[in-house]
Amino acid sequence: MATPVRTRDGGSALGRSASRRSRGESPFRYASTGAGIFLLVIMAAIGVFLVVEAVPALQANKGSFFTDLIWEPNGSQIFGIGALAFGTVVSATLALIMAVPVAVGVALFISHYAPRRMAGVLGYVIDLLAAVPSVVYGLWGVIFLVPFMQGPSEFLNEYLGFIPLFGGDLVAGRSMLTASIVLAVMILPIVAAISREVFLQVPRMHEEAALALGATRWEVIKVAVLPFGRPGVISASMLGLGRAMGETIAVALIFPATFGISFEILTPQGNSIAANIANGFGEATPIGRGALIASGLVLFIITLLVNTGARMIVARRKEFSGAAS
Amino acid sequence: MGQQIQVSGLDAYYGKHKAIADISMTIEPQSITAFIGPSGCGKSTFLRTLNRMHEVIPGARVEGKVLLDGEDLYAPDVEPVAVRRMIGMVFQRPNPFPTMSIYENVAAGLRLNGKHSKSNLDGIVETSLKSSNLWNEVKDRLNKPGAGLSGGQQQRLCIARAIAVKPEVLLMDEPCSALDPISTLAIEDLMAELKNQFTIIIVTHNMQQAARVSDRTAFFNLSGQGQPGHVVEMDDTSRIFTNPSQKATEDYITGRFG
Amino acid sequence: MTTIQRISPNRRFKDRLVQFLVYLSFAIAVVPLVAVLWMVIKNGLARFDLEFLTHSMRNIGATDAGGGAYHAIVGTLEQVLLASVISVPIGLLTAIYLVEYGQGTRLSRAISFFVDVMTGIPSVVSGLFILAFWILVLGFSFSGFAGALALSILMMPTVVRSAEEMLLLVPNDLREASYALGVPKWRTITKVVLPTSFSGIATGVMLAIARVAGETAPLLLTVFFTDSINTDPFSGPQMGLPLFVFDQATRPTDTAIDRAWAGALTLILIVMLLNLAARLIGWWRSPAKGR
Repeated sequence: MATPVRTRDGGSALGRSASRRSRGESPFRYASTGAGIFLLVIMAAIGVFLVVEAVPALQANKGSFFTDLIWEPNGSQIFGIGALAFGTVVSATLALIMAVPVAVGVALFISHYAPRRMAGVLGYVIDLLAAVPSVVYGLWGVIFLVPFMQGPSEFLNEYLGFIPLFGGDLVAGRSMLTASIVLAVMILPIVAAISREVFLQVPRMHEEAALALGATRWEVIKVAVLPFGRPGVISASMLGLGRAMGETIAVALIFPATFGISFEILTPQGNSIAANIANGFGEATPIGRGALIASGLVLFIITLLVNTGARMIVARRKEFSGAAS
Repeated sequence: MGQQIQVSGLDAYYGKHKAIADISMTIEPQSITAFIGPSGCGKSTFLRTLNRMHEVIPGARVEGKVLLDGEDLYAPDVEPVAVRRMIGMVFQRPNPFPTMSIYENVAAGLRLNGKHSKSNLDGIVETSLKSSNLWNEVKDRLNKPGAGLSGGQQQRLCIARAIAVKPEVLLMDEPCSALDPISTLAIEDLMAELKNQFTIIIVTHNMQQAARVSDRTAFFNLSGQGQPGHVVEMDDTSRIFTNPSQKATEDYITGRFG
Repeated sequence: MTTIQRISPNRRFKDRLVQFLVYLSFAIAVVPLVAVLWMVIKNGLARFDLEFLTHSMRNIGATDAGGGAYHAIVGTLEQVLLASVISVPIGLLTAIYLVEYGQGTRLSRAISFFVDVMTGIPSVVSGLFILAFWILVLGFSFSGFAGALALSILMMPTVVRSAEEMLLLVPNDLREASYALGVPKWRTITKVVLPTSFSGIATGVMLAIARVAGETAPLLLTVFFTDSINTDPFSGPQMGLPLFVFDQATRPTDTAIDRAWAGALTLILIVMLLNLAARLIGWWRSPAKGR
């Protein structure tokens, strides 16, 4: 039997010269730390440069940025974020209200109702749909949905017009409602995909415990699946809300680009910060660009608040579910 | 072959928690030393201080001296990486690298540490696999993934991987606890062969195993919950199992606690 | 004699009702999603021809038929490639720092937090940032590269998060086995940890690429529009495929709308191919299969 050959070189058994071997250590470590720090620098730079470019325009503003409903930075140099922020929040919220219940239903369908083999395929299809570029939804919205919505909108206006939301004298396909529907269709796959993943993670024993007590399928879902999945669904919804608020191209094609605040979602009005940037960028003067950048900063802050809120909800829920299990 | 290890006044910490206290012992070359004792008494922690694997865990640190053939492993100019090349380790669960073939697994320690000629590697891989009694079982499928072997074969592959870098000392942290009795026997036979070339230290929960394979045995214990572990006594295995000098050792051996 | 009790009608009704609602919501979701895909395929095929794939929009009049998206396809491929070249190394190294080096340090917590923040940046804001920084402050012109910068800002956090997740999946046993062989940490990472998580990271990167390939808003603000072929991403306006669709969709003629649909079809095909490639990598090199 062969004995391993000793290659020891006398006194330096521990290879003080071994520092040679780990020569690559520090460069690699510095490179990865540096990459992390670089990300922090980018984040800081995003904040700094948006502010730097926005300030001159804000100083030139003859109106009030936070309260004015007009956006004329190129002409009268009066511009305010009010109407745009309103449209952003309302359209995204409407989209969320429409999308989340359906998305949860879809997620439950895939995780608990569909036959197993079909579920795998459907999950994959939902993932693919989440990857469809937003401009495609926008194209579909403007070519198909806008004319299509004329009829249903008139119907809603005529029979449910007593509800302020569906009121108004003039009804059009290009409306807040249509934009919200497109947004809802866009965020639905995202919310559904995350919710499905969370529902599939429900510990098998929780479900079996409920089944063993004689629970029906709905009762299993109510007792075991939904409580476990709630933080995941909430964070998925908030993520969807953030996406909807930041969505640009699809709504830029659909919004009538008016400036005003109205809850009559069937009437031809509505706009959002992102859509306004896309539509107004082409012919913006330097002041106009600054104003658009300032509005982008506001959008950034709103989405930041939404995302932070989502994370806090999830963190708090986690503590509870952790204590319970 | 194999070198002596001398430990004096060794403490190990996880953050603020002191896991083992004031351990001193001498481990003889070309012998098998077994560490036994109840769970959580610091056997594995101590084992991991011997090749500086303890400090891999964030917040973990060591005080005291470990001398390998008279050289302090914790001297400031000694690199942990160099220590681990001298003192190999086999883990509780077999852990072959999943992306590598059987051949690549055995060659991993050498390849990852520098260049080696193909023929040189071939020789070392063959020798190591023969030394670990695995050669006949795998020589026809050296290019198949290591993860495809049985648990016992995987563990012997891990032993081959450890001895391929030609260490002086081989640390084994409960190497058979995840294996069936037949695979366990194969590993025990292997240890008896390997002790001619290496200093072997094994942590085990199985007292029969300690009695079967080891020359010397150290009994570890805790004074109480949250207290650091310490060595109660260390002696020839035959003495520990027939006539221990400490009451605690006798109680443990005879199954009165632990 | 005991009989097995039947469940109460009330419970049975609720169970059935929920089942109905779940099936209904699935149907509601499928209709618009399938409608979108179907319309894109049906309307896109009308102009999805060789001319479309090999010609630009140069010298195509406002109401002319013909023309194509070649300039936009070339632009998109270059922009996405550049964005990947920028963001994959940075994202991967950051993930390595977070998992292998920075565990628990204040810096890693800060980075982790801001990666989360960055994930939520609206795509139009990343475009505005590059516009403000690269074009307005540094004075560079609109270019494909500026677009790639904006896309890479969107890509980086996605790459970090997916790579981080995959690195965390690598069992610690393997790292310890490597350390115990006397292998330095950086070689352990490059030779053991990264190969083990390769397929997962590659899948994540492909999905990130697929996501940014369809982004329009950042391009709008950074590469501007052009109807001509510009193969040099470092100088002058370049087109991108999503931008092409947007541009054609805002033109009032039917021929432009047809081109928009064909562009949308091309874009979806590219994105789907990238997704498919991601799945294939994941399936083909899954470590569970040993190879």
